[in-house]
Amino acid sequence: MYGALWRILPGPVWVRVLILIVLAVVVLWALVTWVFPWVDSLLGPQEGTVGP
Amino acid sequence: MTVPAEPERHRRSGRRSARRPQRKRGPVETTIGVIGELLITAGILVGLFLGWQVWWNNLVLSGQQTSAAQEQSKKWVDEATATPRPTPTDSTKPVAVDPPVMAQPADYEPFAVLYIPRLGPDWKRTIRQTVDVEKVLNSYTAGVGHYPDTQMPGEVGNFAVAGHDSGWGNTFIDLSKLRVGDHIYVQTKDGWYTYVFRNFEYVQPTQVQVIAAVPRHPDVQPIDRLMTITTCNPPFHAGERLIAYNVFQGFSPTQDVPEEIRAAVMGG
Repeated sequence: MYGALWRILPGPVWVRVLILIVLAVVVLWALVTWVFPWVDSLLGPQEGTVGP
Repeated sequence: MTVPAEPERHRRSGRRSARRPQRKRGPVETTIGVIGELLITAGILVGLFLGWQVWWNNLVLSGQQTSAAQEQSKKWVDEATATPRPTPTDSTKPVAVDPPVMAQPADYEPFAVLYIPRLGPDWKRTIRQTVDVEKVLNSYTAGVGHYPDTQMPGEVGNFAVAGHDSGWGNTFIDLSKLRVGDHIYVQTKDGWYTYVFRNFEYVQPTQVQVIAAVPRHPDVQPIDRLMTITTCNPPFHAGERLIAYNVFQGFSPTQDVPEEIRAAVMGG
Protein backbone atom coordinates (compact mmCIF):
# COMPACT_ATOMS: atom_id res chain seq x y z
CA MET A 1 0.00 0.00 0.00
CA TYR A 2 2.55 2.56 1.14
CA GLY A 3 5.10 0.92 -1.14
CA ALA A 4 2.79 1.53 -4.08
CA LEU A 5 2.33 5.13 -3.01
CA TRP A 6 6.07 5.63 -2.91
CA ARG A 7 6.43 4.16 -6.42
CA ILE A 8 3.61 6.27 -7.84
CA LEU A 9 5.16 9.55 -6.64
CA PRO A 10 7.34 11.27 -9.23
CA GLY A 11 10.75 12.84 -8.90
CA PRO A 12 13.86 12.14 -6.85
CA VAL A 13 13.79 11.03 -3.25
CA TRP A 14 13.72 14.52 -1.69
CA VAL A 15 10.75 15.55 -3.85
CA ARG A 16 8.86 12.44 -2.81
CA VAL A 17 9.64 13.04 0.85
CA LEU A 18 8.46 16.65 0.49
CA ILE A 19 5.20 15.54 -1.16
CA LEU A 20 4.66 12.98 1.61
CA ILE A 21 5.22 15.58 4.32
CA VAL A 22 2.70 17.92 2.67
CA LEU A 23 0.24 15.03 2.35
CA ALA A 24 0.69 14.13 6.01
CA VAL A 25 0.06 17.72 7.09
CA VAL A 26 -3.11 17.91 4.97
CA VAL A 27 -4.36 14.60 6.38
CA LEU A 28 -3.64 15.72 9.94
CA TRP A 29 -5.42 19.00 9.40
CA ALA A 30 -8.49 17.23 7.98
CA LEU A 31 -8.49 14.82 10.92
CA VAL A 32 -8.32 17.57 13.53
CA THR A 33 -10.87 19.77 11.79
CA TRP A 34 -13.54 17.29 10.81
CA VAL A 35 -12.88 13.67 11.67
CA PHE A 36 -11.88 13.90 15.35
CA PRO A 37 -14.74 16.23 16.40
CA TRP A 38 -17.14 13.93 14.58
CA VAL A 39 -15.74 10.81 16.26
CA ASP A 40 -15.89 12.60 19.61
CA SER A 41 -19.58 13.35 19.10
CA LEU A 42 -20.18 9.63 18.53
CA LEU A 43 -18.53 8.66 21.79
CA GLY A 44 -21.57 9.55 23.83
CA PRO A 45 -22.59 12.44 26.01
CA GLN A 46 -19.73 14.07 27.88
CA GLU A 47 -21.35 17.43 28.38
CA GLY A 48 -21.55 17.45 32.14
CA THR A 49 -25.19 18.49 32.26
CA VAL A 50 -27.97 16.92 34.25
CA GLY A 51 -31.13 16.01 32.44
CA PRO A 52 -33.88 13.45 32.32
CA MET B 1 36.03 -11.59 -17.53
CA THR B 2 33.58 -12.43 -14.84
CA VAL B 3 34.89 -9.75 -12.46
CA PRO B 4 32.96 -6.60 -13.59
CA ALA B 5 29.57 -8.30 -13.40
CA GLU B 6 29.52 -8.53 -9.61
CA PRO B 7 30.27 -4.90 -8.66
CA GLU B 8 27.88 -3.70 -11.36
CA ARG B 9 24.99 -5.57 -9.78
CA HIS B 10 25.90 -4.44 -6.28
CA ARG B 11 26.12 -0.81 -7.24
CA ARG B 12 22.74 -0.85 -8.87
CA SER B 13 20.97 -2.60 -6.05
CA GLY B 14 22.52 -0.24 -3.54
CA ARG B 15 21.23 2.79 -5.35
CA ARG B 16 17.73 1.68 -6.05
CA SER B 17 16.24 -0.73 -3.64
CA ALA B 18 13.13 -1.05 -5.81
CA ARG B 19 15.16 -2.75 -8.49
CA ARG B 20 16.65 -5.24 -6.14
CA PRO B 21 15.94 -8.64 -7.57
CA GLN B 22 13.19 -10.09 -5.44
CA ARG B 23 10.72 -12.88 -5.52
CA LYS B 24 7.40 -11.71 -6.92
CA ARG B 25 4.77 -11.53 -4.20
CA GLY B 26 1.68 -13.62 -4.64
CA PRO B 27 -1.86 -12.29 -4.10
CA VAL B 28 -2.07 -13.79 -0.61
CA GLU B 29 1.13 -12.11 0.51
CA THR B 30 0.06 -8.81 -1.01
CA THR B 31 -3.31 -8.98 0.74
CA ILE B 32 -1.73 -9.77 4.09
CA GLY B 33 0.72 -6.93 3.58
CA VAL B 34 -2.03 -4.43 2.83
CA ILE B 35 -4.09 -5.62 5.82
CA GLY B 36 -1.04 -5.21 8.02
CA GLU B 37 -0.45 -1.68 6.79
CA LEU B 38 -4.12 -0.82 7.30
CA LEU B 39 -3.98 -2.13 10.87
CA ILE B 40 -0.86 -0.10 11.60
CA THR B 41 -2.56 2.96 10.11
CA ALA B 42 -5.65 2.38 12.26
CA GLY B 43 -3.45 2.12 15.34
CA ILE B 44 -1.71 5.38 14.52
CA LEU B 45 -5.08 7.07 13.92
CA VAL B 46 -6.42 5.94 17.29
CA GLY B 47 -3.26 7.23 18.94
CA LEU B 48 -3.59 10.56 17.16
CA PHE B 49 -7.23 10.82 18.20
CA LEU B 50 -6.34 10.21 21.84
CA GLY B 51 -3.60 12.81 21.66
CA TRP B 52 -6.04 15.26 20.13
CA GLN B 53 -8.78 14.54 22.64
CA VAL B 54 -6.69 14.48 25.79
CA TRP B 55 -4.11 17.10 24.98
CA TRP B 56 -4.14 19.15 21.81
CA ASN B 57 -7.84 20.07 21.58
CA ASN B 58 -7.88 21.11 25.23
CA LEU B 59 -4.79 23.23 24.83
CA VAL B 60 -6.21 25.06 21.82
CA LEU B 61 -9.74 25.41 23.16
CA SER B 62 -8.72 26.40 26.65
CA GLY B 63 -6.62 29.24 25.26
CA GLN B 64 -9.34 30.42 22.91
CA GLN B 65 -12.05 30.26 25.57
CA THR B 66 -9.88 32.19 28.00
CA SER B 67 -9.14 34.98 25.56
CA ALA B 68 -12.80 35.19 24.51
CA ALA B 69 -13.81 35.58 28.16
CA GLN B 70 -11.01 38.08 28.71
CA GLU B 71 -12.22 40.18 25.81
CA GLN B 72 -15.83 40.20 26.98
CA SER B 73 -14.88 40.96 30.58
CA LYS B 74 -12.52 43.76 29.64
CA LYS B 75 -15.15 45.29 27.35
CA TRP B 76 -17.63 45.60 30.20
CA VAL B 77 -15.05 47.06 32.55
CA ASP B 78 -13.82 49.54 29.93
CA GLU B 79 -17.36 50.62 29.13
CA ALA B 80 -18.12 51.13 32.79
CA THR B 81 -15.00 53.15 33.48
CA ALA B 82 -15.63 55.26 30.37
CA THR B 83 -19.05 56.28 31.70
CA PRO B 84 -18.57 56.44 35.45
CA ARG B 85 -21.75 56.29 37.46
CA PRO B 86 -21.87 57.79 40.92
CA THR B 87 -21.25 54.92 43.30
CA PRO B 88 -22.03 55.97 46.83
CA THR B 89 -21.27 52.53 48.22
CA ASP B 90 -18.04 51.56 49.92
CA SER B 91 -16.31 50.06 46.92
CA THR B 92 -14.04 47.73 48.88
CA LYS B 93 -16.81 45.56 50.26
CA PRO B 94 -19.54 43.79 48.26
CA VAL B 95 -22.98 44.95 49.33
CA ALA B 96 -25.38 42.25 50.47
CA VAL B 97 -28.63 43.95 49.54
CA ASP B 98 -30.78 43.19 46.52
CA PRO B 99 -28.43 43.04 43.55
CA PRO B 100 -29.67 43.86 40.06
CA VAL B 101 -31.07 40.83 38.24
CA MET B 102 -30.94 40.71 34.47
CA ALA B 103 -33.66 39.20 32.30
CA GLN B 104 -33.18 35.78 30.74
CA PRO B 105 -30.98 36.33 27.66
CA ALA B 106 -31.68 34.98 24.21
CA ASP B 107 -30.48 31.47 23.44
CA TYR B 108 -26.71 31.20 22.90
CA GLU B 109 -26.20 34.79 23.99
CA PRO B 110 -23.00 35.32 26.01
CA PHE B 111 -24.22 37.19 29.07
CA ALA B 112 -21.64 36.59 31.80
CA VAL B 113 -18.03 35.77 32.54
CA LEU B 114 -17.17 33.28 35.26
CA TYR B 115 -14.03 33.59 37.40
CA ILE B 116 -12.94 30.83 39.77
CA PRO B 117 -9.49 31.63 41.22
CA ARG B 118 -9.15 28.11 42.69
CA LEU B 119 -9.14 26.66 39.17
CA GLY B 120 -6.16 28.82 38.26
CA PRO B 121 -5.05 32.45 38.64
CA ASP B 122 -6.09 33.17 35.07
CA TRP B 123 -9.12 30.85 34.88
CA LYS B 124 -12.11 32.47 33.21
CA ARG B 125 -14.91 31.38 30.91
CA THR B 126 -17.79 33.02 29.11
CA ILE B 127 -21.26 31.83 30.14
CA ARG B 128 -23.82 31.48 27.37
CA GLN B 129 -27.52 30.84 27.54
CA THR B 130 -28.54 27.14 27.20
CA VAL B 131 -26.37 24.08 27.75
CA ASP B 132 -26.27 23.15 24.07
CA VAL B 133 -23.25 20.93 23.48
CA GLU B 134 -22.25 22.17 20.04
CA LYS B 135 -23.07 25.84 20.38
CA VAL B 136 -22.09 26.46 23.99
CA LEU B 137 -20.11 23.77 25.80
CA ASN B 138 -17.84 22.88 22.86
CA SER B 139 -17.66 26.44 21.60
CA TYR B 140 -14.24 28.04 21.36
CA THR B 141 -15.78 31.29 22.60
CA ALA B 142 -17.72 29.92 25.57
CA GLY B 143 -17.36 26.67 27.54
CA VAL B 144 -19.96 27.20 30.25
CA GLY B 145 -23.72 27.14 29.70
CA HIS B 146 -26.63 28.40 31.77
CA TYR B 147 -29.64 26.10 32.25
CA PRO B 148 -32.40 28.24 30.69
CA ASP B 149 -35.07 27.31 33.25
CA THR B 150 -32.96 28.35 36.23
CA GLN B 151 -32.50 31.79 37.78
CA MET B 152 -30.09 34.52 36.75
CA PRO B 153 -27.02 35.71 38.73
CA GLY B 154 -27.99 37.27 42.04
CA GLU B 155 -31.61 36.18 41.77
CA VAL B 156 -33.38 34.39 44.60
CA GLY B 157 -33.33 30.74 43.62
CA ASN B 158 -30.62 28.86 41.77
CA PHE B 159 -28.32 30.16 39.06
CA ALA B 160 -27.30 26.83 37.48
CA VAL B 161 -24.51 26.37 34.96
CA ALA B 162 -22.82 23.40 33.30
CA GLY B 163 -19.46 22.75 31.68
CA HIS B 164 -17.23 19.93 30.53
CA ASP B 165 -14.96 18.30 33.00
CA SER B 166 -12.37 16.90 30.62
CA GLY B 167 -12.12 17.51 26.92
CA TRP B 168 -13.14 20.59 24.96
CA GLY B 169 -11.02 22.94 27.02
CA ASN B 170 -10.97 21.03 30.31
CA THR B 171 -13.38 23.60 31.69
CA PHE B 172 -14.08 22.17 35.13
CA ILE B 173 -11.38 19.50 35.35
CA ASP B 174 -10.22 20.92 38.71
CA LEU B 175 -13.68 21.66 40.09
CA SER B 176 -13.29 19.01 42.78
CA LYS B 177 -10.38 21.03 44.20
CA LEU B 178 -12.72 23.76 45.45
CA ARG B 179 -12.54 24.35 49.20
CA VAL B 180 -15.31 25.61 51.41
CA GLY B 181 -15.22 29.41 51.39
CA ASP B 182 -13.62 29.76 47.96
CA HIS B 183 -14.93 32.69 45.98
CA ILE B 184 -16.65 32.38 42.64
CA TYR B 185 -17.19 35.56 40.65
CA VAL B 186 -19.84 36.05 38.00
CA GLN B 187 -19.50 39.18 35.93
CA THR B 188 -22.42 40.51 33.89
CA LYS B 189 -22.92 43.86 32.18
CA ASP B 190 -24.28 45.07 35.55
CA GLY B 191 -21.35 44.14 37.76
CA TRP B 192 -19.78 41.47 39.93
CA TYR B 193 -21.76 38.77 41.73
CA THR B 194 -19.72 37.03 44.38
CA TYR B 195 -20.61 33.51 45.43
CA VAL B 196 -18.98 31.37 48.09
CA PHE B 197 -18.45 27.66 47.60
CA ARG B 198 -20.50 25.61 50.06
CA ASN B 199 -20.42 21.89 49.25
CA PHE B 200 -20.19 19.11 46.67
CA GLU B 201 -22.61 16.43 45.72
CA TYR B 202 -22.04 13.43 43.46
CA VAL B 203 -25.17 12.37 41.63
CA GLN B 204 -26.49 10.37 38.70
CA PRO B 205 -26.83 12.29 35.41
CA THR B 206 -30.63 12.10 35.69
CA GLN B 207 -30.83 13.96 39.04
CA VAL B 208 -32.31 17.17 37.71
CA GLN B 209 -33.38 18.28 41.18
CA VAL B 210 -29.86 19.59 41.80
CA ILE B 211 -30.63 22.59 39.60
CA ALA B 212 -34.04 23.27 41.16
CA ALA B 213 -34.56 26.69 42.77
CA VAL B 214 -34.08 24.91 46.07
CA PRO B 215 -31.77 22.03 45.11
CA ARG B 216 -33.24 18.62 45.87
CA HIS B 217 -36.57 20.22 46.88
CA PRO B 218 -38.36 21.26 43.68
CA ASP B 219 -41.60 22.08 45.52
CA VAL B 220 -40.16 24.45 48.10
CA GLN B 221 -40.29 28.21 47.64
CA PRO B 222 -36.71 29.59 47.48
CA ILE B 223 -35.45 32.26 49.86
CA ASP B 224 -31.68 31.92 49.25
CA ARG B 225 -29.62 33.01 46.25
CA LEU B 226 -27.67 29.95 45.17
CA MET B 227 -25.45 28.98 42.29
CA THR B 228 -25.00 25.41 41.09
CA ILE B 229 -22.20 24.15 38.86
CA THR B 230 -22.62 20.74 37.23
CA THR B 231 -19.89 18.83 35.44
CA CYS B 232 -18.88 15.28 34.57
CA ASN B 233 -17.30 12.92 37.02
CA PRO B 234 -14.88 11.15 36.88
CA PRO B 235 -12.60 12.81 34.29
CA PHE B 236 -12.80 11.30 30.79
CA HIS B 237 -15.95 9.48 31.72
CA ALA B 238 -19.55 10.61 31.90
CA GLY B 239 -20.79 8.13 34.48
CA GLU B 240 -21.71 10.61 37.20
CA ARG B 241 -22.16 14.31 37.76
CA LEU B 242 -20.19 16.43 40.17
CA ILE B 243 -22.28 19.23 41.63
CA ALA B 244 -20.80 22.28 43.36
CA TYR B 245 -23.22 24.43 45.38
CA ASN B 246 -22.38 28.07 46.07
CA VAL B 247 -24.08 30.74 48.14
CA PHE B 248 -24.48 34.37 47.11
CA GLN B 249 -22.34 36.75 49.12
CA GLY B 250 -22.59 40.14 47.52
CA PHE B 251 -22.67 42.38 44.51
CA SER B 252 -20.43 45.21 43.40
CA PRO B 253 -20.69 47.46 40.33
CA THR B 254 -18.48 46.88 37.33
CA GLN B 255 -15.94 49.58 38.23
CA ASP B 256 -15.20 47.84 41.52
CA VAL B 257 -13.38 44.79 40.26
CA PRO B 258 -12.99 42.31 43.14
CA GLU B 259 -9.45 42.50 44.49
CA GLU B 260 -8.86 38.73 44.27
CA ILE B 261 -9.30 38.66 40.50
CA ARG B 262 -8.16 42.15 39.61
CA ALA B 263 -5.01 40.86 37.93
CA ALA B 264 -6.92 38.22 35.98
CA VAL B 265 -9.43 40.80 34.75
CA MET B 266 -7.00 43.56 33.86
CA GLY B 267 -3.99 41.52 32.79
CA GLY B 268 -3.40 39.69 29.54
